[in-house]
Amino acid sequence: MNRREFLKTSAAFSFSLFGQNLAGWAYGGSKSLEGKKLIVVFLRGAVDGLSVVSPYGDSRYYQARPTIGIAQPGQKDGLLDLDSYFGLAPALAPLLPYWKDKSLAFVHACGSPENTRSHFDAQDYMESGRPGVKVVDSGWLNRVLTQLPNTKSPLRGINVGATMPRILQGPENVASYAPQSIGKRSAMDVPVVAEAFSRMYTQRQDTLAAAFKEGIQAQDMLNEKLSKEMVAANKGAPSAKSFKGFGQQLGKIFANDPSIQVAFVALGGFDTHVNQGAGKGQLANQLTGLGTGLSDLISNLGDDYKNTVIMVMSEFGRTVKENGNGGTDHGHGNVMWILGGNVTGGKVYGKLDGLSDDKLFEGRDLPVTTDFRTPILAVCEAHLNLEKNKLNDVFPGFTNNDRSLDQLLRG
Amino acid sequence: MRSFSPKVKLSVSVMVLCSMSFPAGYAAKGGSDKDGSADMSRKARRANSKAAKPDGGVSERLKYRDEGQKAATPPLNDEQKARHLLNRISFGPRNEDIDKVLSIGVDRYIDEQLEPQSIALPESIAKLSAEPALKDNPAQLFLSYGRDAFDEMAKAAKQQSMTGKIDAQVKKEIGQMVRDNYQELFGQVAGARLLRSVNSPRQLEEVMTDFWFNHFNVSMNKGLDHLWIGSYEEVAIRPHVLGKFRDLLGDTAHHAAMLFYLDNWQNTAPEKYKMRPGKIGKRFAGLNENYARELMELHTLGVDGGYSQKDVVELARVLTGHGIISKSSIQKYPAGLNSKYGFYFDSDRHDFSDKILLGHIIRGRGAEEVEEALDLLAKHPSTATYISYKLAQYFVADEPPKSLVDKLSKTFTASGGDIKATMKALLRSDDFWSSANSKYKSPYRYLISSLRVSNASIQNSRPLLGFLNQQGMPLYQCQTPDGYKNTEKAWLSSSGLLQRINFATAYGAGRLPAARATGVEPEQLIRVVGLKPTDTTAQVVETSPKGLKISLLLGSPEFMKY
Repeated sequence: MNRREFLKTSAAFSFSLFGQNLAGWAYGGSKSLEGKKLIVVFLRGAVDGLSVVSPYGDSRYYQARPTIGIAQPGQKDGLLDLDSYFGLAPALAPLLPYWKDKSLAFVHACGSPENTRSHFDAQDYMESGRPGVKVVDSGWLNRVLTQLPNTKSPLRGINVGATMPRILQGPENVASYAPQSIGKRSAMDVPVVAEAFSRMYTQRQDTLAAAFKEGIQAQDMLNEKLSKEMVAANKGAPSAKSFKGFGQQLGKIFANDPSIQVAFVALGGFDTHVNQGAGKGQLANQLTGLGTGLSDLISNLGDDYKNTVIMVMSEFGRTVKENGNGGTDHGHGNVMWILGGNVTGGKVYGKLDGLSDDKLFEGRDLPVTTDFRTPILAVCEAHLNLEKNKLNDVFPGFTNNDRSLDQLLRG
Repeated sequence: MRSFSPKVKLSVSVMVLCSMSFPAGYAAKGGSDKDGSADMSRKARRANSKAAKPDGGVSERLKYRDEGQKAATPPLNDEQKARHLLNRISFGPRNEDIDKVLSIGVDRYIDEQLEPQSIALPESIAKLSAEPALKDNPAQLFLSYGRDAFDEMAKAAKQQSMTGKIDAQVKKEIGQMVRDNYQELFGQVAGARLLRSVNSPRQLEEVMTDFWFNHFNVSMNKGLDHLWIGSYEEVAIRPHVLGKFRDLLGDTAHHAAMLFYLDNWQNTAPEKYKMRPGKIGKRFAGLNENYARELMELHTLGVDGGYSQKDVVELARVLTGHGIISKSSIQKYPAGLNSKYGFYFDSDRHDFSDKILLGHIIRGRGAEEVEEALDLLAKHPSTATYISYKLAQYFVADEPPKSLVDKLSKTFTASGGDIKATMKALLRSDDFWSSANSKYKSPYRYLISSLRVSNASIQNSRPLLGFLNQQGMPLYQCQTPDGYKNTEKAWLSSSGLLQRINFATAYGAGRLPAARATGVEPEQLIRVVGLKPTDTTAQVVETSPKGLKISLLLGSPEFMKY
């Protein structure tokens, strides 16, 4: 008898405990939300936005980056043209179809108004959503969850990874799932262990019992979704270092489940101070994994892509000029990526008026002309249908006067 | 514990101790933060600080228990008393600890623990303070382990290079050596902390160290604090955990780890930096209020403690020029090499005008101004309330009764901020004795108590630290200056609870390579956890296979609480 069978048959887990709730979220998805989802991908270490969406139309791009500038479109390992001025990194070719079908948009020169160049502080601010305020005890994605109708599912918020990140900390319960643990035996897969702990916990009437039950349900639902193909096929051990491999897994978790509302994935390895590479090389390798993973995620979402927005962000950008080691150092503005069936894409938003020194922040970095909270609020408003007063609770103290992204999503 | 080696590959095949990446973000961040600091523009800070806590800040407001709802708990018998006391003033009772309290009595045990110096340390614990990461001062640590330690190597590489520039590969290798150094230091600091928490007979001192470290939190993930975290705990926290609050305040204020973490090392009188050319002018670009604000909001008065944004600016001005040792300051001030704090007062950057803090005039005269400011803050009634509240929350209840906080606050004030006297009052209060098993363990307390009650022999601290990462409480890495909380609201989550159960199962069954339970019998654990034969948990344990009993007890709902 495996654990799931045990749970189904055990007297301790009578259907009065589980059945009722299950019906609640499996069939009662919120009408007003219509299964809308927001997935945030955070690139830790500050990805070089100028190597993601490169302004090849400005010759200063190549002057500033003699060895790491990506070649013009049409040349060997060259950029993929976007709009005759910007080009997409060739490593991100898997995303080009979404640009072409206009479901991929970028916001350039986007970022935090706080000008720290410390990864530590900048990530903290971008995740708390309160740049400059140090003591904030919740992350903005958790606050988004607070504002959404509660689907009562233990999977309404999902963190991909073993450790709960800052962005998801807060009052709403979020399930953590580590891709590399899928398919591995956990204590609760051993029937005698599961039975014993279940007897201890489920007969209580307290907060611990509630947390225990919810944890078991979340784990079950995840296993259910992934059990057959994924676990059997690759023993559930895709690389955690790149998105490639578990994009597929995520797609399977999210697709056709209206109870899932937000999810978060963080990827590392973007702090390219040395030997960054150009069309090929260190950064390109990272981007290939990410591009493939995102495209796998989207194909597995299927029809649910139209209900999903994926935002890719990073704590700050990197210097416009390459350094003496073929890399780039900590900078300021960056590019944000936004994908989704309802995104008004095929367009680079934001204000980037070329790379002349007077247009740069402190003469060296991309400026921040769009606050990172502006596109997020656009998504919360037009995609997640949050009302005005609720938007204020996502980013307290922030007044968005920038209306340039009001059309980011089709109404 | 001493087998800690940064190069040992993690073995995580056991159960679902998944993804125990060694300190989250640690390797990725190590050494890459050379220009990293919260160099906040004054404008941004000002915009963020219209009032004491601007834009509806989220610092914890003090929430009290409704006095009418006092739980009517039956009086404890002697063994229950011993267990409760040990649960709170140690990281969990061992079987023999209960015996000891029963034999000498609760009062004498408390008195002993309040005088940690009176308790002899075994050699294995005493020798930990000789670890370089704990013993060396910040200047020594900076020079022997920081990036500069490799300057000569970098210079030589530059000279040998054809291009006159340092070869990228060499640079990478030096970077790796710097990170290896950091790992070595972290191994010493974290290893010492775990070992002391688990095995030191001065348990209250260890518990108070956890409390005060979080109160005056710094994170080793921020730049140079990698180097200084051990010195910080050893110099600024530990000597005073049961001493005078004013001493904690003074030592944390001068230690390089705090000055770096909250950016005060950059805090400069605005009119002074303007005269300075280039890079230096940029680095010391005027007032930085970060530390001044947290000093009042988090360390002393509390968020509603009655200070204004004007006070923040005045205190920031008092703190101008309070910096850290650097290569250039050592040339000007060689004594900095011997400073136990790594502190350096740069009078060139200090604002010498008079200040008015909380209505009190502080005459501008240099480094001594801060002593006057700290005296003022330490003696302020809001500080007494705030510290008393936090102690009561930590030792008694998530929402402690106001009457208790008032009582402690009186003792705190009357004793001139004496922590020992305040703790004595707390441990003698009825509220303390009627609060048994009402708190939910933080991940750190859960881990340490599991190891303690089972007489763990620790082979390798790394997977244990990995468990803390997984639980969201990586050791020495709380990002925000308010430190880790210790309430149920902060820590009880469904995935977190299952992770604990997985940990308990692996560890109790002897399948965790990091540590083993040694010589503990299920019956002893049943006594330590305090189960009655009629309790469900006791019955489940009774009917389960022998090899599973320890796991079940350590993963039981009763053991999650204290």
